[in-house]
Amino acid sequence: MIASFFSTPVHAAIGVIFALLIFASAIAAILRRAAPGEAATELSRRVMSWWVMIVIFTVAILTNRVVSTVFLALVSFLALKEYLSLIPTRRVDRSVLLWAYLAIPVQFYFAHVESFGFFMVWIPVWMFLFLPARITLGGVTEGYLQAVGTLSWGLMMTVFALSHTAMLLAFGVSRGFGAGPLLFLVALTQFNDVAQFTWGKLFGRHKIVPTVSPKKTWEGFLGGLFTTIAAAAFAGPFLTPMNTAWSALAGAIIASAGFLGDITLSATKRDLGVKDASNLIPGHGGILDRVDSLIYAAPVFFHFINYFFGDRPAP
Amino acid sequence: MNRLLRAGFFLLVVRPVLTLVLGAQVRGRAHLPARGPAIIVANHNSHLDTLTILTMYRLRDLPHLRPVAAADYFLRSRLRAWFARNIIGIIPIVRGGHRGGNPLAPCEEALDRGDILILFPEGSRGEPEVMSALRRGVAHLAQARPHVPVHPLFIHGLGKALPKDSFLLVPFNCNIVAGEPFFWDGDIDSFMATLRARMEGLAAQIHVPPWQ
Repeated sequence: MIASFFSTPVHAAIGVIFALLIFASAIAAILRRAAPGEAATELSRRVMSWWVMIVIFTVAILTNRVVSTVFLALVSFLALKEYLSLIPTRRVDRSVLLWAYLAIPVQFYFAHVESFGFFMVWIPVWMFLFLPARITLGGVTEGYLQAVGTLSWGLMMTVFALSHTAMLLAFGVSRGFGAGPLLFLVALTQFNDVAQFTWGKLFGRHKIVPTVSPKKTWEGFLGGLFTTIAAAAFAGPFLTPMNTAWSALAGAIIASAGFLGDITLSATKRDLGVKDASNLIPGHGGILDRVDSLIYAAPVFFHFINYFFGDRPAP
Repeated sequence: MNRLLRAGFFLLVVRPVLTLVLGAQVRGRAHLPARGPAIIVANHNSHLDTLTILTMYRLRDLPHLRPVAAADYFLRSRLRAWFARNIIGIIPIVRGGHRGGNPLAPCEEALDRGDILILFPEGSRGEPEVMSALRRGVAHLAQARPHVPVHPLFIHGLGKALPKDSFLLVPFNCNIVAGEPFFWDGDIDSFMATLRARMEGLAAQIHVPPWQ
């Protein structure tokens, strides 16, 4: 029975992920024994949170597609809420924010029915035009541009960009790969985060943008990049329509986009004067701290695979 | 029956909605009183303040948690009065009056029974996310029961989610900071100064973005 559970590529990949998780837990336990202290405790806390997140994600993508899409929409909702709770807002715009939240179910519905055209224009065109108009009708011009700018940008980042995960799920399902491409993207993005962090800790010397993110180094970035390329080249042919070479290229794209998403959110948090977006996930910070790389990696990877492997022409 | 209704309301309505829409993040949870008699003193921006504090406790603690609320507002209509008394479990008190006896007598009785009182010394929800002047009733209560610990609690974000005069609940994360308890120190003015300083100290622990 166990053998048959792992017979599909998605289930096998999840098996590998849990093996890695057990390995990480073992390392954390050994470190805690060998060098007890704040660093070891912090590592254990992180690994524990990984368990929780990966179990939730696994259940969400294995149950059925509706549950998966609702779960991804919920992540988007939490990310938008975290963002709107961090930024300066105006009282007059309170009800406008509710409209922004209502954009989420619509956007994920379009993804669910794989309505590519509506999916692509709902937020970048319709919400982009509607929200400023609604803000205008509030009649307050002081801080107007900041209100319009921060809301539009936040909606693009936390909803439009993240909703590409749901579009990728629809893409995989309609081409016979199920949740494979989504799992490929999410697992590699998170794996790349950990790989960059680990390489950076071990060998990091040359900082990339110290004013934004002092811990990001070239050694960490390149180490993560090559580790992710190797993992992608191995996993891609099982989970996606791509062969080894295309998968390696996808790995490079995910690692690079993920890095850019990470530092973009870092710059945002730095401007707002916070270290973590919230403390929802022990050892990690908030939802935004966890999905920052995914915000860039999801749309970039989706449009990459959709352009080269979608069976219909890009509109 | 009432206890069942109350537990059901909190389990099926309040908790899921507050978790999803507000997602309260609590700092210093260990400072919350585990059992009474105790007084929780919080700032007040929204009706959600009381509900959020109540959801930090287990369902079986609910009967011992008593929010102190203004009689003139909560007993205005029969439905509201029934809801406030039986589901929320308020102790109604008459605002700003010394007419005929001690207005805080029901609070003192509740403390004597070992309940945990929830007090909002700002009096009314007022301007959202602005701390207004603290009323001195809490000091009189602490003076009457000097051995009862006073637990300061600072709440941020609920005034944005559901301010006074609005029925529109807009999702915002909310932050709660609980501080160490303190006791009656023998003087009303210095007690109030301590309380205000404690509340400001708690407020300084969290990121509060501008809300104009």
